[in-house]
Amino acid sequence: MKELTTKLLVIGGGPGGYVAAIRAGQLGIPTVLVEGASLGGTCLNIGCIPSKALIHAAESFEVARHQAAGSQLGIRVADPQIDIAQTVRWKDGIVQRLTGGVGALLRKAGVQVIKGWAQIEDGKTVTVKPQDGEPLRLRCEHLLLATGSTPVELPSMPFGGAIWSSTDALSPDAMPKRLVVVGAGYIGLELGIAYRKLGAEVTVVEAAQRVLPSYDEELTQPVLDALKKSGIVLHLACSVQGWDAQHGVHVRNARAEEFALPADRVLVAVGRRPHTTGFGLEGLQLDMAGRYVAIDAHCRTSMRGVWAIGDVTGEPMLAHRAMAQGECVAEQIAGQNRRFEPMQIPAVCFTDPEVVVVGKTPGEARAAGIDCIDAAFPFAANGRAMTLESTGGFVRVVARRDNHLILGWQAVGRGVSELAAAFGQSIEMGARLEDVGHTIHAHPTLGEAVQEAALRALGHALHI
Amino acid sequence: MGIYIIRVPDIGEGIAEVELVSWHVQIGQNITEDQHLADVMTDKATVEVPSPMHGKVLALGGQPGQVLAVGAELVRLEVEGAGNLKENQASAPASQAQAAIVSEAPAAPVAGTETPAPAAPVSAPGAAPAPLRASAPPPRTPAAPRKEGERPLASPAVRRRAQDMGIDLRYVPGSGPAGRIGHADLDAYAAGGGQPQAGGGTQYVQRHGEEQIPVIGLRRKIAQKMQEAKRRIPHFSYVEEVDVTELESLRQRLNQIHGATRGRLTLLPFLARAMVLALRDFPQINARYDDEAGHVTRYEGVHLGVAAQTDAGLMVPVLRHAESLDLWQCAAGIARLAEGAKAGRLAREELSGSTITLTSLGALGGIASTPVINHPEVAIVGVNRMVERPMLRGGQVVARQLMNLSSSFDHRVVDGMDAARFIQAMRALLETPALLFVE
Ligand SMILES: Cc1cc2nc3c(=O)[nH]c(=O)nc-3n(C[C@H](O)[C@H](O)[C@H](O)COP(=O)(O)OP(=O)(O)OC[C@H]3O[C@@H](n4cnc5c(N)ncnc54)[C@H](O)[C@@H]3O)c2cc1C
Repeated sequence: MKELTTKLLVIGGGPGGYVAAIRAGQLGIPTVLVEGASLGGTCLNIGCIPSKALIHAAESFEVARHQAAGSQLGIRVADPQIDIAQTVRWKDGIVQRLTGGVGALLRKAGVQVIKGWAQIEDGKTVTVKPQDGEPLRLRCEHLLLATGSTPVELPSMPFGGAIWSSTDALSPDAMPKRLVVVGAGYIGLELGIAYRKLGAEVTVVEAAQRVLPSYDEELTQPVLDALKKSGIVLHLACSVQGWDAQHGVHVRNARAEEFALPADRVLVAVGRRPHTTGFGLEGLQLDMAGRYVAIDAHCRTSMRGVWAIGDVTGEPMLAHRAMAQGECVAEQIAGQNRRFEPMQIPAVCFTDPEVVVVGKTPGEARAAGIDCIDAAFPFAANGRAMTLESTGGFVRVVARRDNHLILGWQAVGRGVSELAAAFGQSIEMGARLEDVGHTIHAHPTLGEAVQEAALRALGHALHI
Repeated sequence: MGIYIIRVPDIGEGIAEVELVSWHVQIGQNITEDQHLADVMTDKATVEVPSPMHGKVLALGGQPGQVLAVGAELVRLEVEGAGNLKENQASAPASQAQAAIVSEAPAAPVAGTETPAPAAPVSAPGAAPAPLRASAPPPRTPAAPRKEGERPLASPAVRRRAQDMGIDLRYVPGSGPAGRIGHADLDAYAAGGGQPQAGGGTQYVQRHGEEQIPVIGLRRKIAQKMQEAKRRIPHFSYVEEVDVTELESLRQRLNQIHGATRGRLTLLPFLARAMVLALRDFPQINARYDDEAGHVTRYEGVHLGVAAQTDAGLMVPVLRHAESLDLWQCAAGIARLAEGAKAGRLAREELSGSTITLTSLGALGGIASTPVINHPEVAIVGVNRMVERPMLRGGQVVARQLMNLSSSFDHRVVDGMDAARFIQAMRALLETPALLFVE
């Protein structure tokens, strides 16, 4: 077998793996990246980017339909149509541009990319059968696991045919008339809302009592209101029993009554599981943290010279966490002192309205025994929100009572995902309420609500 | 004035890269021709790199532990006359090695970010290019440790600089609002050597320090070799007790008679002799196994690896053709190799090509050990300490000199039976030392 020796071998070309490889290349570390599917991983190919593209298309279509019905802005359009095949082609074009860009960045950094599935032999040896060419044995000093995650299947409803994973929902063969979404987490709701806007009848089934169960109720209430207004049918506290083509999805509610929800497509979005089996990882017998590969503050696994980052290492399973960990590992291999210990990792739901959570929520802060104050400023009192016809939602801040150190930010509303940058920065910089409250924010912007929330927590909001 | 670039020299056939072991000059220093610039290491030997020119050191091409390609930039000198660097090359380093140059010029600040004050010793002219972390030793006792789990408050720029300096921010007092640690706080702490403030208390304090010692240089080579050996070779170990009473009295007698003229003998040459003789009947044990190609190469000559402890770690120099040496030649050869290894003066040829290895922990020898085979050999014999012990001989308790041999074999190509018989053959020779001299 042909052999290749390198200093760093990265398995997985998702946001974790490719960022680690680029950074390592920049630092002069001989690096090989092995990717079995496509560069960019889940995020670029079947996750963050294509879902946001679809959401944008759905949104644009809905605006047009709304205007066809006569809008208060005075705009009238004729009966709008959508060619879903063209929408998918447009989305695929974006994905292609981005994955091509990742390839170019890797090349520029001097990283050797090998297309093929890696099979781990031991902590220093990996074999690959490339798509074209003969099998290769790769030896390395450092092995980085960035193998990501895969969607969880329901045993009673395996993926295929009418049963969609999120991947299928991002490349629909045709528009479903009736879509049942199983799971009201961010992936299920983002896609469910998009399909509703594209014209499907959407029903959501969720086992918990609430939508977006990992967030607090105050924050998710505007999302719940919007879901109801949009005509999406919700079945909360209900479990899914199975599926048949004639009746649809079998559901049992909290009172143990069973009923069926007719559907021509079912999107199962009940979570993701780390990709830890099927490529020899078991053989390393690494310490695990539940289903995930256990890592320390340096992203080291229990085996020397073997590192792990991204979804395979646990929550929050988000692209930007994977990227930051990738950078951290590359720099350590280059001999720098690094730890992965951010003050916060932002999380965004691209539902309508959007939800952003950065740092601690009031509940989390109190549970940690911190005496804190929190205050919210509603978009109903924000001029920019009015001009955007989106006055629902609010910005909320959480701070220590004793020294006003900001512990967390949450927001819900249209376009609030972009506020994540300001939120994250204020927490990383150790800002106090006064720092944000006394920073001039441009008028008229949604960001003014950020300043006002801080002022309100100090007891003197100006516009409410 | 010109710039002269000294490159990593071509050290021997087939060597593409070297590891930088240590610097003997520093940035800003004036040096003379032939002055010792740096030590670099290949697979086997450490080599001194001298300067071809007089000049002043402008930049050093890396940090100890870094691997540099042959031909990469090692040292940049300012010299009288034109030098060897053209104007247009000066500003744009082309190769990776050049990019890693530790230079006098402070790194350009990234637009829009706060520029940290340059960390003291690395870029200061005249200072040794020590890694950043060395500039601020971790505190020996906690100064003002925060509560367990409480995060020190500092901006990302301050946190990153602290990591680079090897400072744990939990111990750094913050003077900013809400106790925030600023760059100035960090500087003050580093300048104070990370010493705790006054404040008595108990000596029973929790310690939280961590220190990473880079495994580089010979240590790294040893670690890689050991791991390789243990990972690839299924070791089979065998321990046997040998009565060396007679051997020991022979040794002392020989030293009395010939010590002054021919040199004193330790036990090692006798062991080497026993090994040479025993191997005649076990050719598969004096061998190297190429497990990739799938063949064992047996050798007629015995090239004896003799493990030697040096300050830098374990090395295994090779006594060539041990079968052709008498006791004293063997003793002299071993002594010469051990000295050479300690001084780091052995050539590549003296450090490669062994066919079997003998290892001794000398006086520290313990009762038994599990020696690690010197890959790609297939056997290693270790000597444990000689002790005087009571033995029963014909119903009488007598004092005897006993010594254990601990051996390991590559079980893929050496059967346990053969391994045991080989050690028994050595034992027979050692217990009846006259046999050592019978051809
Ligand atoms: C529908 C959807 C929407 C999402 N939206 C967002 C969002 O808006 N924001 C956000 O932050 N996150 C989002 N995520 C999550 C995000 O995609 C992941 O957190 C991120 O991709 C994790 O990165 P990673 O590098 O750990 O793994 P992945 O991106 O999963 O990459 C792993 C890669 O490794 C490869 N691989 C695995 N095993 C092998 C092997 N043995 N040999 C070779 N290659 C191998 C895989 O082919 C894959 O390309 C979304 C996910 C989904 C599914």
